[in-house]
Amino acid sequence: MKRILMTAITILLCLLLQTTIFQKIAFAGEVPNLILIVVVAFAYMRGCREGMYIGFASGLLIDLMYGDLVGMNACFYLLVGYFVGVANEIYYSDELSVPIILVGISDFLFNFVFYIINFMLRGRIAVATYVLDTILPETVYTVLLACIIYKPLHSLNYRLEQAEDTEEVL
Amino acid sequence: MRNNRFTIHPKYILIFFLIICLLLIVTSYKFKENYSPIRAMVGDVVSPMQRGINGVGTFFTKKTELFTSKKALLKENKKLQSALDHANYENKILQQDKDELASLRKLYDLNEKYSDYNMVAARVIDKDPGNWYNVFIIDKGSKDGLKVDMNVLAGDGTGGGLVGIITEVGHNWAKVRGIIDDTSNVGAMISKSTCVVSGNLSLSDQGLLAFSDMEKPKEKLKIGDAVVTSYLSEKYHQGILIGYVKEVKEDKTNGICSGYITPTVNFDQLETVLIITQLKEKLEPEPDNN
Repeated sequence: MKRILMTAITILLCLLLQTTIFQKIAFAGEVPNLILIVVVAFAYMRGCREGMYIGFASGLLIDLMYGDLVGMNACFYLLVGYFVGVANEIYYSDELSVPIILVGISDFLFNFVFYIINFMLRGRIAVATYVLDTILPETVYTVLLACIIYKPLHSLNYRLEQAEDTEEVL
Repeated sequence: MRNNRFTIHPKYILIFFLIICLLLIVTSYKFKENYSPIRAMVGDVVSPMQRGINGVGTFFTKKTELFTSKKALLKENKKLQSALDHANYENKILQQDKDELASLRKLYDLNEKYSDYNMVAARVIDKDPGNWYNVFIIDKGSKDGLKVDMNVLAGDGTGGGLVGIITEVGHNWAKVRGIIDDTSNVGAMISKSTCVVSGNLSLSDQGLLAFSDMEKPKEKLKIGDAVVTSYLSEKYHQGILIGYVKEVKEDKTNGICSGYITPTVNFDQLETVLIITQLKEKLEPEPDNN
């Protein structure tokens, strides 16, 4: 229970940070995708089941706040949660490198699919410019941010899991 | 406890959620209005929090500004310098425009058309989380009389250029789509010829807008010509300044002109905006005078 609550608070907080402060400290007009980091981090630490729940919930929240089509972001983040969760089942380590790489890959793919669906299908077909000007910078910033933020998320998760274990023993 | 629970394979959960997503997408596409109460509710809950965090955010920005103050000052100096040049230049154009405007107003009998718009000021409280759209939220909503399709102008900066249009309204917030957004199209005029001004993601990074579809301009377009909203636009009031022509390209085969525009509004530093609380009346087909 406590875990769900804390996760929900984390997501909400990240979304709020993302839409307010991060917009102001954006480098070169690009904002790192904090929510994606959170989804990837939790999915990687807790497996695909919870990854999916978290992805779906945060995607839906974004949709309800910003998106034109409700469900689009939910769908994307859901898939991110699932696949990262699958990656966790294949290989899990406490090292930083794996989740960081996963963040990079998923951010790139996420934005690429987003571009295809929302831009390419409207006739904006200059793939190279979009990849170079928008997707790659965002991926780089997101990866950099993930390097900083993954550790705190990891220790938060660790603490939550420990608290839960003691609850179960009692 | 967790182990005793009846477990379903994650694959099925994924499929289940995907179906939900698909249903949501389809329904929200078909019945857009039915979703607005839910969205409004989410917005009502979240926007006060955003306002709060924004305060903290401004504090932090101020702090980081302190660190980069020298750089920022240099940059600002440069910017002010160019702004001064620009303003001088603009002044000349405005003078020209004024004369033109006076004659045009007389011509169209629009004397009082835009001096008496009622305006409401609002603050920008946050922006779309991604890098793909130029959509932001302001801190006034239906309780302040805002409605969808109202025009938004810049409150600060030069002459209050066009910022965008309200696309969604909640109780105490409203969503504004900027004219630099990739999906935005505005009917505009450059020295008596109409054209379409559209935002474009790759251009907006350079702070530009594109205009297109201008059929054989009656007067030759010059760099620095003012671009204003056109009477043909369905939602935008006539005569709001959008920006200045930066580059003109002409298609030799059919004489159609297109090019780039520098908007008057600096979208990166948008803090306060003005909303015209008057909707454009629906256009009637023009009576045929001939």
